This record gives sequence, structure tokens and C-alpha cells, in this order.
Amino acid sequence: MTRASRIVTIGALVLIAVVFVYPFVWLVSASFKPRGEVFDNRLIPQTFTLENYVQVWQEAPLALWLLNTVLVTALAATAVTLSSAMVAWAFAFYRFRGRGALFALVLGSMMLPGAVTMIPTFLIWNALGAVNTLTPMWAHNLFGSAFYIFLLRQFMLSLPRDLFDAARVDGANPWQVFWRIALPLSRPALAVTVVFEVQAVWTDLMRALIYLRDSTIFTVPRGLKALVDNFGFGGEWHWEILITASVITTLPMIVLFFVAQRHIIEGVAAGGLKG
Amino acid sequence: MSRGETRAAFLFLSPWLIGFAVFTAWPLIYSAYLSLTDYDVINSPTFVGFDNYAELFADPKVALALSNTLFFTAVQVPLYIAVSLALALLLARAGRASGFFRTVFFLPKMTPPVAVGILFLLLFNGQSGLINTGLGWVGVDGPSWTTDPAWVKPGLIIMSLWTIGSSVLILLAALRGVPEELYEAARLDGAGSWRQFLNVTLPMISPAVFFIVVVNTIAGLQTFDEAYTAFFGAGNTTYGNDAALFYVIYLFQQAFQYLNMGYASAMAWVLFAVIMVITAIQAIVSRRLVHYEGGTSR
Repeated sequence: MTRASRIVTIGALVLIAVVFVYPFVWLVSASFKPRGEVFDNRLIPQTFTLENYVQVWQEAPLALWLLNTVLVTALAATAVTLSSAMVAWAFAFYRFRGRGALFALVLGSMMLPGAVTMIPTFLIWNALGAVNTLTPMWAHNLFGSAFYIFLLRQFMLSLPRDLFDAARVDGANPWQVFWRIALPLSRPALAVTVVFEVQAVWTDLMRALIYLRDSTIFTVPRGLKALVDNFGFGGEWHWEILITASVITTLPMIVLFFVAQRHIIEGVAAGGLKG
Repeated sequence: MSRGETRAAFLFLSPWLIGFAVFTAWPLIYSAYLSLTDYDVINSPTFVGFDNYAELFADPKVALALSNTLFFTAVQVPLYIAVSLALALLLARAGRASGFFRTVFFLPKMTPPVAVGILFLLLFNGQSGLINTGLGWVGVDGPSWTTDPAWVKPGLIIMSLWTIGSSVLILLAALRGVPEELYEAARLDGAGSWRQFLNVTLPMISPAVFFIVVVNTIAGLQTFDEAYTAFFGAGNTTYGNDAALFYVIYLFQQAFQYLNMGYASAMAWVLFAVIMVITAIQAIVSRRLVHYEGGTSR
């Protein structure tokens, strides 16, 4: 590649990068501006204030929402990772009749639009009296999830089979082979699963809209939507509150990305290529 | 394979078997049944045959929601592919700097959709939003993106391009998987860079492109979060929102605001049918356009 075309390429990338990052910068900058200056589009606030952060904390039970979200996210990610790994292990290691057909069913269920199962699923939780509790936000994860089963199976297939056979010869029972050998070796794929699920649950709006009624059990996306309803649609738009709450809601995901960047990037590329 | 082996296998499978029965198979069957009933959750379902479907096809809001959704998907998906391919091609040429830019392009994908919905209202604000301020600098009088029905969907589509990161990553990985020898052979045959792109790059990455088309179409047809945040919910008196009434938003309202569970179930099945038809068409078209290395189509 010539030097000139290299410079053009990098120049274009820098320009596009600015476009992609600017909404974040704008949002964070606006969160430190007083109400009247939110829309002034200045990069550095003319009047710097922490008032919005204080006000959000007073107007909304943000700490509680964050706590609820952390709880649901932790339960969901743990549950889905363990259950999906178990199922993936069955497909990767064992040969049994109907394996191909069952795995096709796993893949097929990925294509099913959520809208079709949404209503009966609500009726199940309703019958169990779990509506307006945090349970429906995560408990379905105890039963594995098709995409992660697929991802983990692919990874487990790449592990050396001899290792497992040797362990069995040494007298390890099936659970020990899975728990002590397969699971630790699958750590990279497990990490991808955890990170993907944390992001999915942390940002999940529709389930929260369906199941969470009292503001005391809101997760942050549901809470943020409630703020839009109260401080936006409800009358005068208090943009500064919505902006600041958005920053607080988004920040943990940005941190997650930088902590787990490698897993996220590998997982996205792998999911796409093998799909 | 011994009996004990099979038993162990099914023990490991059991979470998914139970989950599939309870959260997929039964809901599927029950939803089909509900679509033939009137059901408000409080009183037991009354069988009405295909009335819901007849009502649905006569409902102008269903027609509106469906046309909004099809418009959104038909415009968004091609744009999405074009932009993510352009970005991936740039990244593939960036050498060692590509890691940094890849991170930057992916970052917006981490933003919760609710926050994206709020950002949409802010950035696309007709009077003082950043987009129109930027357009003003180049002498363009920007439209009222968030209030003018003609501009709401285009605005939402542009906003959706901000969270394009995962498609860029998938295409970049596909581009890197193209063997260098193919380009060398093409160059020996005198192919310029445009011909190399058409005859080598595109066929080689076509499975990844097809994957993104299918996934994004299905996601586009079910679009909900950003539009719902920005235009719907309790106490919206500020905006007219017909232009942002997407199919799943209307379905959600019917089910959980008006408790028309039967009607909403019928809507869900119509959506399912639409998705299946469109995916099938894409699969048929792809047989002619998608190139699988080694000649085996998956």
C-alpha cells in the first residue's frame, strides 16, 4: 500500500471514530451542565456543576435500581453459563440416539421470534405469582440458552478427547469429568458466555416492562424508561436528569467492555463466522 | 454406547429438555391456541375461531405498524450492510492501528438501548440537537427529526447505524480469512482493486454477509427498545407517535396495556409468518449469491 493511501485510510478512520465517540462525549459533558445549557453543544461545560448527579440520586432510587440489576445480572449469567455448559457438554462428548435431531432443535429455537413465546411465558410466571418480582428476569436462564449451547459446544469439540477418556479410565464419574476437566478447560468460551449475558441482562428493557411494576424492584433500563415518562413526557423535559441517568446506566457497560474486550471481540467474530 | 452413557448424556441435557418443553414448545402451542380466543388474563379464554385474524387484517393500526416495520427493515438492513462493510474494509487496511479503531467502533454497541433512545431524542432534536447544528454549519436546514412523521423513521435508522459494531467485527474477521494467494492470483490475471473486490473479496465473505442480513432482518422486524423509549409509554403527550409505531410495539400494547392476549397472540403468529417468509426468500436468493468454500452449503 502506498504511503498516501495509508494516510487517507487512517484519516478516514479518525474522522469516523470521532463520529462514533462524540455522542458519549456529548452525553458526559452535558451531564455536568446546568439545565439551561444542556443543548449548547459545547465540548467543555461553560458552567461546571455536579448538581445533576445529586438531583438524580434524590429524584430516583438509582442505588436500588443498580442493586437490583447487579443481582439479576449475576444470577442470570451464572445460571445460563452453568446450564448451557452442561447441555453443550452432552452434545460435544456423548454419542446418543437423536443427538443430531436434538441439536438441530437447539439451533432452530434460535430462529423463533421472542414475540411468539412472550405471552404464554408471561402467563406461566403470572400463574406462579412471580409477576412483579425479579424472578422472571433471570430464572429461565436455569435451562440453558441456544446460542450459548452452540458456542460452548463448538469450543468443547476442539478440546482433546483423550484427556476425558483417560480421566474415565482413572475412575472419574461423568460429573467429575465435566466439572473438574471439561469446565476448567472451557474457560475462554465460558468467559464469552458470561460477558454476553451480563450485557444482555443489564440492557434488557422489554422483559422489565412486562414483569416489573413497582419502582422498588426496577432494573436500571426500566428505571431509565420511567424517568423518560416522568421527566420527559410528563411535562417540561428535564433533559439534564435523563442525560445524567443515561450516563450512570451506560458506564458499567463501558467498564465491562474494557475489562472483557478480548472475550467480546472474539465471541462476536466466532458467533458470526460459525453461524 | 452403553445404557449408562446415554443416561449420563440425558442428565446433562436435562436442563435444556425441561426448558425447551416449558419455555418454547408449550408457549408455542399455547400461543397458537390463544390466537383463536379472546383472553384478558382475568376471565378464562373464550374460543372465537379465526376472528382475531380477521379483525387484525382489518385493523388500520396493524397495517400502519406493519408498513412502518417493513419500511424500517428494508431501508435499515442494506444501509447497515453497506456501512459495516465499508468500515470493515477500512479497518482491514489500517494495519496495526486497526485494533484501536475496532474498539472505538464497537463501543456504542455496549450502550443500553434505552439510553440510545434518549440519545436519539437529544441528538436529533429539531431546534438544538447536535445533528441539526452540524447540518447548519454546512448550510442545511435540518428537519424536525423527532416530531415530523416523515423524518422519524429515517432518524431512527441513522441512529441505529451507531450500534453497528458487531457487524463490523464479523465482517473484519471474514475479510481476514480470505487467503492472500487468491488476491495474488487475481493480480497476476491483471485484476485491479475493484475487480479483486468483486471477484475475490465479495464471494469469500458472502457467508458472513448473508448471516448479517438474516440476523439483522429478523432483529429489524422486531425492533422495539429505542422507538418505544423515545415515543411511547406512560403520559406521552409531547409527541405524535404513529410514525414510530412498529409492529412489536403495537403487539406489546395490545398484550400488556389492553390485555388483549388473544389478539396479541394472533399478531405474534402473523409476525412469525412474515419472518419465515422473508427468511425463506433470503435463503433461496442466497443459494445463487453466497459462496461456500469447499462447495458444501451449510
